[in-house]
Amino acid sequence: MRYIEPHAHMVSRVTDDYQAMVTAGCAAVCEPAFWAGFDRSGVQGFYDYFSQLTDYEPKRAAKFALPHFCWLCINSKESEDTMLAEEVLSIIPYFLERTNVLGIGEIGLNKNTRNELKILEKHIALAAKHDQLILVHTPHLEDKLKGTRLILDALKNEPRVKPERVIIDHVEEHTVEMVLDGGFWAGITLYPESKATPARAIDMVENCKAHNIWLNCACDWGISDPLAVPHTAIEMRRRGHSPAAIDQLIYGNPLKFLAQSPRFKLE
Amino acid sequence: MNRQQLLDLYFMDARAKLIDLAAFFDRLDRSEGDADFRLAALRTALVELSNDQPARAKNVLISLSDPTEEPIARSPGKGAVGAWPGDAK
Repeated sequence: MRYIEPHAHMVSRVTDDYQAMVTAGCAAVCEPAFWAGFDRSGVQGFYDYFSQLTDYEPKRAAKFALPHFCWLCINSKESEDTMLAEEVLSIIPYFLERTNVLGIGEIGLNKNTRNELKILEKHIALAAKHDQLILVHTPHLEDKLKGTRLILDALKNEPRVKPERVIIDHVEEHTVEMVLDGGFWAGITLYPESKATPARAIDMVENCKAHNIWLNCACDWGISDPLAVPHTAIEMRRRGHSPAAIDQLIYGNPLKFLAQSPRFKLE
Repeated sequence: MNRQQLLDLYFMDARAKLIDLAAFFDRLDRSEGDADFRLAALRTALVELSNDQPARAKNVLISLSDPTEEPIARSPGKGAVGAWPGDAK
């Protein structure tokens, strides 16, 4: 089995997880910038975090011959503080030059506030200005449906955005169709309780019959499984999916999307 | 997969989850004090299971979702609780 893990917060994981992922067939890992579980005290905290994502973490992954890529932004939870968000937005262009940066992400909304939306729009404009791929986080639980609609509207309002260069992550049964119908890529996150189980993820893949879907684990500092993608591949095998179909979903699809960035190269 | 194969694969898992849910409601009934909006939301969402259309998961999620359309003025906090409080918040 081979697969690409397109969304994992490895800074929150132990090194053993890298070893387990590579053993399971992981060919590359991609790490979007996200909330640390607490609010940073200032822009310097983000400078250090972006340095970690673009310098230290790739070296840690390289010890296991695993290519590491990342996405940069200020997450939606901290975007409520628009002054801080503006400062963070101002340092992102400096880091876009780093060789493992794939684009802007994971941007989006959390509680669907005006401030969050304002900073989301600025991120989208920044991505458009620098011709970057976009990775979008959709809100959790009761806020997801409304937030996904607001995010789709914000993306459609920026004429420079090409939907095929945007992945909208954490879709569930009530949001996946509107994302795909808009021409965007959809990410299904395999995460206990708050997102999708392997069985539900496969249901969505079977029902949508779309080629622009990827699976990811989004493992972080919460209870989460860094091997959720290969575990779901095993579930697909039990459901009678062919090895070729499984390979396409967990390797071919993320490769197709990510290869739109010239930085994403696998040896 | 046909229905028989799906039953072979998932019946025991679904059975266990159903009993867990039943036990959860029993536990709530045995406890004292008022319930908040989440219990009512769960009971409303449960009705979707009786629907005969194959969109139950989608409809359960919609049932638990914020149905409003405009962004709110200010964040009430960082987290989500799994059901929309509506006027109960």
